[in-house]
Amino acid sequence: MSASMRIVNGKVYDPTNNVDGEIKEICIENGKIADSVSDEASIIDAQGMVIMPGGIDIHCHIAGPKVNSARKLQPEDHRHDVHPGTPFTRSGSGGTTPSTFATGYRYAALGYTTAMEAAVSPIGARHTLEEFHDTPIIDKGFYVLLGNNIFLQNLIREKRMEEFDQAVAWWVSSTKAYAVKLVNPGGDEPWKGKRNSNVSDIDEKTDDDLSPRQIIEAFIKTVNKQGYPHPPHIHCNNLGHSGNYRTTLETMKTAGDMRAHIAHIQFHSYGGELGKNPISKAAEIAEYINSHPNITCDVGQVMFGKSTIMTADAPLAYVLKGHSKGKWVNVDTECESGCGILPFTYQEHIYMHTLQWAIGLELFLLSEDPWRIILSTDHPNGGSFMAYPKLIKLLMDEKFRHEEMKRVNQKALLKCSLPELKREYTLNEIAIITRAGPAKALGLKSKGHLGAGADADITIYDVMDDKEMMFSTPRYVIKSGHLIIENHEFKTDFTGKLLHIAPEYDKKIEEVVQPFFENYYSIEFSNYAVDDRYLHDHEIIQTGINKV
Amino acid sequence: MANENENIKIVENATCTFCGCVCDDMELHVDLNEKRITKAKNACVLGRAWFAEHTIEDAPAAMIDGEEVSVDEAIEEAAQTLVNAKFPITYGLSDTTCEAQRQAVAISDYIKGNIDTTTSVCHGPSGLAFQGVGESTSTLGEVKNRADLVIYWGGNPAESHPRHFGRYAVTAKGMFTPNGKKDRTVVLVDVRKTKSAPVADILIRPFPGKDFEVLWALRALVKGSKLSSNIEEETGVPLETLSDLAERMKNCRFGVLFFGMGLTMTRGRHFNSGALLALTTDLNKYTHFVAMPVRGHGNVTGADNVVSWQTGYPFGVNFSRGYPRFNPGEFTTVDTLSNGDADAALIIASDPASNFPKKAIEHLKNIPVITLDTKNTHTTKLSHVAFRTATYGINTTGTVYRMDDVPITLRPAFDSPFPDDETILTSIKKRVHELVLAKHYAGGASGEAKVAAINPL
Repeated sequence: MSASMRIVNGKVYDPTNNVDGEIKEICIENGKIADSVSDEASIIDAQGMVIMPGGIDIHCHIAGPKVNSARKLQPEDHRHDVHPGTPFTRSGSGGTTPSTFATGYRYAALGYTTAMEAAVSPIGARHTLEEFHDTPIIDKGFYVLLGNNIFLQNLIREKRMEEFDQAVAWWVSSTKAYAVKLVNPGGDEPWKGKRNSNVSDIDEKTDDDLSPRQIIEAFIKTVNKQGYPHPPHIHCNNLGHSGNYRTTLETMKTAGDMRAHIAHIQFHSYGGELGKNPISKAAEIAEYINSHPNITCDVGQVMFGKSTIMTADAPLAYVLKGHSKGKWVNVDTECESGCGILPFTYQEHIYMHTLQWAIGLELFLLSEDPWRIILSTDHPNGGSFMAYPKLIKLLMDEKFRHEEMKRVNQKALLKCSLPELKREYTLNEIAIITRAGPAKALGLKSKGHLGAGADADITIYDVMDDKEMMFSTPRYVIKSGHLIIENHEFKTDFTGKLLHIAPEYDKKIEEVVQPFFENYYSIEFSNYAVDDRYLHDHEIIQTGINKV
Repeated sequence: MANENENIKIVENATCTFCGCVCDDMELHVDLNEKRITKAKNACVLGRAWFAEHTIEDAPAAMIDGEEVSVDEAIEEAAQTLVNAKFPITYGLSDTTCEAQRQAVAISDYIKGNIDTTTSVCHGPSGLAFQGVGESTSTLGEVKNRADLVIYWGGNPAESHPRHFGRYAVTAKGMFTPNGKKDRTVVLVDVRKTKSAPVADILIRPFPGKDFEVLWALRALVKGSKLSSNIEEETGVPLETLSDLAERMKNCRFGVLFFGMGLTMTRGRHFNSGALLALTTDLNKYTHFVAMPVRGHGNVTGADNVVSWQTGYPFGVNFSRGYPRFNPGEFTTVDTLSNGDADAALIIASDPASNFPKKAIEHLKNIPVITLDTKNTHTTKLSHVAFRTATYGINTTGTVYRMDDVPITLRPAFDSPFPDDETILTSIKKRVHELVLAKHYAGGASGEAKVAAINPL
């Protein structure tokens, strides 16, 4: 049972409701924010503290087949970072790919209460949902990979767009996904079927006469038309390659004025010539985003240190293997997806890594509308979510930024504008890029704010000059009205819930899909769709509200 | 007799959990009066036996020291035994659902015990090799659709996984292999000429214990290095045969290496698996190549997954310090028993007393053992507490993972009077957690209130 609570004397940052640092009382009843609460409610005195909605991670990799492969792959990443249990909480292991329990508790310990797993193959949905059930405290959902789905590509090629709309809805509903994800659309077939090659241009036609742009356009249209709460979540072609900012601009232009979300856009903002060192094109990318309110993005900031590359972009992982020369995992998922995994370390002295770090910061600092540039490290690709407090400090503290700049590759700094940027994020802007903005981009109306009726997901921080310390150590964390962390200590356990959508579709589409399954899948059609037993606590977010 | 016919139920697209193929196209004919499966259409010979043998036996649901007791009494005794032990171990898990496995790991965590699965005695070395090298792999459907070179190494699927050829890898017809076997070259590498040999276009028979050398020679040939001509004396395989195979591997469109316990449980173990996985990685410089261990038990792959997502490590995990530690050779069950470390054991869906080394079995006889099994086994017979449970996939639903990590939901055929593993383990977990919390708050006034406030996961 969640208790009635009254939080008094705290400075509230609730950008959705235009509350910017006012002292305001927050009432909680039945797991929701309320206008008022009875006198018997327990009281938290937040004198000298900052109150924000719980953080929302719009793009991370925390559950499912590829994450679990990465866990199995790296015992060396866990053993130095143990996660002991408490009488209330389970134990686990950490590193860049923490166990499920450690993942939930560690997000909560940073004041994050919602996280979205950004890439799950449909056939891996069941696995992801099982892991979610073991990922405590936070609410969670996942994006289903459809951009390299052979059956859907066939429909696009044959211009059967009505069936395409229905089939997309069927796939999303059948997997209990939250949104549609495209990763390097068109790149899987050359990888699996043409000796590990890749597409290199958004308008390149593979020999079956389909370009990445056609795939991207089809998905943007159907998702906007059906009014899913979150637009297509797009990992553009050519990730990491010099000169790829053109592909990124073209991808955004493909959307026209329809909504689209560009994932980890830092990795897609590089100028220069292919095969040579990149230069920053953050200004060009930021300029496009600034002038196109239909586009949202998350940054995918690189943080120096250990990371794990895990991506459905298998050709990219193979390129990186050439640099790291270490162990490497590739997983082909039948008819649906690819996947690559490898351990990685970003190092200050390396030109490329410094430039990536700087471009991410540039994008944050050059973007005029914080609502549409969302904080992420593409955990664990750019770095762990545990680095978010340090990233917040880099954004809020110009002096600290310059201290850090002394330690990095100086040649790379010459190829970007970071040293000249003076902007410092305010607490209100941090509340936007970590809470209100992602909630809005996701279409989560009851999250990311503290108005009456919102989920009572709340974080209370002590005010400190050192923003890294401040955001690392919330004093209180409340999830769905449960006081999870009190004076920095876990007080109870909580499962959290699954967030998913259930778009309606014409049942007849199953008859169209089924023959393809019987021929080319290795499991039976009737055993493919995920049944409700895998949902645990869940909430269906409505579709069709923003229909175009 | 007419009555009997009315009580035949047909379950379509049921799943066979006998082996790691986890075929999900069974059509089960169930006699609800007799409570047994009379026909399993599409099943192989092993699957038919699996379905035919799992009938309901008249036996107590729970026993303590051979005497029938209530399930609740047995749960209390099991929980007390585990909580009072200093080094409790949990083992087995490969023949039960992921839902049950999740509860088993939770118990081990709460009691700060040890957890290990049958992986440690089958493909454990492949797990270690994976940690060292990584792995290029795929789901079985991709093999069906694309593989034009299929190599089996150290396994005999014709007898161990009879439908592997027809359903997934050899005669199966797929997107780019419309003619099935005609579109593929099949190679079998084994020290013996097994019943799988007839399916092979090329049969290679190295000397026993020389797999590593053969694999390493292939890595050299693939990279274009010269080999000394005495490779045949060393391995039993002529240089020309190896050169030919290396060229085939480099020139195929989509190659796959399936490997079995002939590789992982012979001299070299994880070095063998590692060499095979490294060869696969090397080949991706030239073409698309994948590898896959051919896993045995129905849900051993699920056990690897569950233990990994809850602890970070696939098997051989110890919680005695309050967090998971991984050390195969110390925390693997043959070792915790043979070394005399374990002082209580929870054995789930496995029969170590029938197949472990003698020293390990001797120790098992000297400590309190709790078992969950669908049958009487050597291990249930020496148990202090024995639960008789329902059979996964026949009496209960749940999730199992195929050898390629694809999860499938089970469709049960008929009810069992016995509770399932998940139910028993959940009850033990709850009681264990209560006891652990009570210990934590021993004497503290706030203890009861806090216990009540727990939201059990």
